[in-house]
Amino acid sequence: MIEAKNGKKNESEHIIGILVDDHPGVMSKLCGLFARRGFNINSIIVGKTDKPGLTHIVISLVADNRTIEQVEKQINKLIDVVKITDLSPQHSVVREHCLVRVSSTESSRDAIVNLAKLKDAKVLNVNHTSIILELVDSPQKIDNFLEMLAKYGVKELSRTGINAMQNGN
Amino acid sequence: MKGSEAIIRALLEENVEYIFGFPGGAVMPIYDEFLEFKDDLRHILVRHEQAAAHAADGYAKVTGRAGVCLATSGPGATNLVTGIMTAYMDSVPMIALAGNVPTSLLGNDAFQESDMMGITMPITKHNFQIRDPNTIHTKIKKAFTIAQEGRPGPVYIDLPKDCQTKEVTKETNNFKIAGFKPVFEGHPKQIMKAAEMILKAERPVILAGGGILISNASPELSKLVEMLNIPVTTTFMGKSCFPESHPLCLGMLGMHGRKVANYAIGNADLIINLGCRFSDRITGDLETFASQAKIIHVDIDSAEIGKNVKIDLPIVGDAKKVLAQLIKAIEAKAGKHKEWTEKIKRFIKECDCEIDISGSPLDPRKIMSEFNRVLKKDDILVTGTGQHQMFAGHFVKREKPRTFLSSGGAGTMGYGFPAAMGAKIAAPDSQVFDIDGDGSFAMVIQELATCKEENIKVVPVIMNNAYLGMVRQWMELFFDKRYSGVHLKRTPDFAKVAEAYSLEGVTVERDSEIAEAFDRAYKADSTVVLDVITQEEANILPMFPAGARNTDMFGNCIQKRGKLF
Repeated sequence: MIEAKNGKKNESEHIIGILVDDHPGVMSKLCGLFARRGFNINSIIVGKTDKPGLTHIVISLVADNRTIEQVEKQINKLIDVVKITDLSPQHSVVREHCLVRVSSTESSRDAIVNLAKLKDAKVLNVNHTSIILELVDSPQKIDNFLEMLAKYGVKELSRTGINAMQNGN
Repeated sequence: MKGSEAIIRALLEENVEYIFGFPGGAVMPIYDEFLEFKDDLRHILVRHEQAAAHAADGYAKVTGRAGVCLATSGPGATNLVTGIMTAYMDSVPMIALAGNVPTSLLGNDAFQESDMMGITMPITKHNFQIRDPNTIHTKIKKAFTIAQEGRPGPVYIDLPKDCQTKEVTKETNNFKIAGFKPVFEGHPKQIMKAAEMILKAERPVILAGGGILISNASPELSKLVEMLNIPVTTTFMGKSCFPESHPLCLGMLGMHGRKVANYAIGNADLIINLGCRFSDRITGDLETFASQAKIIHVDIDSAEIGKNVKIDLPIVGDAKKVLAQLIKAIEAKAGKHKEWTEKIKRFIKECDCEIDISGSPLDPRKIMSEFNRVLKKDDILVTGTGQHQMFAGHFVKREKPRTFLSSGGAGTMGYGFPAAMGAKIAAPDSQVFDIDGDGSFAMVIQELATCKEENIKVVPVIMNNAYLGMVRQWMELFFDKRYSGVHLKRTPDFAKVAEAYSLEGVTVERDSEIAEAFDRAYKADSTVVLDVITQEEANILPMFPAGARNTDMFGNCIQKRGKLF
């Protein structure tokens, strides 16, 4: 748990699940903590759980082991936090939801739709100048999909941030 | 029952006897209720809300139970903020209550509304807003649990006015706090490892922090020291947790600590940290701090372990419990660290060198020697913030836990006097002295009225050097003596101010007068202000500059720098 003395900086991606009491001000407490302790969060999502009165928050961040230990301990100190879980990709399923508006013309539309099919993306809306696509996949695959769409022109992009759940039981 | 009554009943259920406060529009129902409960709950009217918070802090530090303060909404509540933050930095249990505008007006910028939930978020252990009078009992009970258990801290409770006036119809009674499970017992495996490390060490030093005081672990600490003959250094916050007359007491360490303490840490091969958070004022340069030592860190707050200094063996737990476990684990095998302790004892004596502190204007250390002369074991010394505070930390000797109170983490000027009032309320049979600065005391001087009207006897002793001494000292040492904004020029005449409040004030200008003044103040029945005129440019030394190696101290005491060991 504790690094050896003079341990080297070794940054990697971490995903943390935080189960919190569902009442006003909880998000503000959590975000305030990140801001004042200088923790850089890549994404944060919030939503309901199977347990009434509890909300699940998933944060992702890139940090070295020492920082991540502080992040977890400081989060744990918040009274509203009931439980935190390590959801790092090695032992969790990790997904993100993405909406993207791509420029399309008569001539490019088919190619875009075909690409969407290939990537299991859904076509949600089509008009004369653009298509809205939806993709739910791992963040890396979404990156890859967006890269392939780039040549058609991405006009608007909205990603939810990372959601995750531990493997096994 | 109205909300206001429920609030007071909930406080009484937590055995609250005193509440320090200042009224206003948003807490009038509570003030009205005070009249009904005046035999059970004494309200002490301060003259500024900051003093209410500091007084609650002083009360809590002496008793170990949460101190309670109360203010109205808006500016009343924001005036509490400095006191709440001070308590937060020093892990002091406190319940800070403030009114707010009625729930229907929350967020509308109504008269005297301030977002205290937002403001207190980073400076409290937790905060509650009571929007429904039925939750008053539950939330206040939870607040006390959170404030007092585990690592203590302040809890703020926001009381919109309508929750004070509405009827309580059906009280909720779920007192469980799912996200709050402090760990008290140390993990047995870690205890065994710690015992091994301690028995194997050749040059161990115990670093005792405020955690020893908070967990009342002084008896256990003394027992461990007796068993193993390990020298003890205390942090500023830990001062008084171990008798400073003990032959193995190194005194305070850190920036203004004793050289022998810093050198012992620098030369130790094992540091046993009990309830100290390794603040920058203790460690100095982190790269070279305790470079020869393995470190065991015992703390009830796991987030403190490994936060500043890398730790070889973490133990999460309550200092008292963990010490008891360690004693049990070690008892049969106890060996004494003779060579090391003899060396340490010799250096402690060398550090106690005779210094000439006679003459006028007075040497600040003369005041400290007066405290050592007049204060009995049970008496309490409280400090403001500045040079006088470090003089007291360095030179005044305390023997009994919870008899030295100061704002260590926050370094709050103006803490001393009101905290002394709270301490006196908590320990009416003890004499409570406040060593203060002319700058620090002036920030809370209006509390003389509280002392007068509430019959609280404390003795503010002002180390009056006509300067904001600590800032002046830094300007002298680190800014080429370019003094900027620090000369107070001995305004006001503190003795005359005391007289204006119908209290006694004594100005001490010569060293021949100081003993008599101290004795007189000690015996007096009501507050006496001692204004002691000291040398203007005396420095508190030795010290190491911020961020420097803790063994690179400069200043008097021991001449051979770094050669002690």
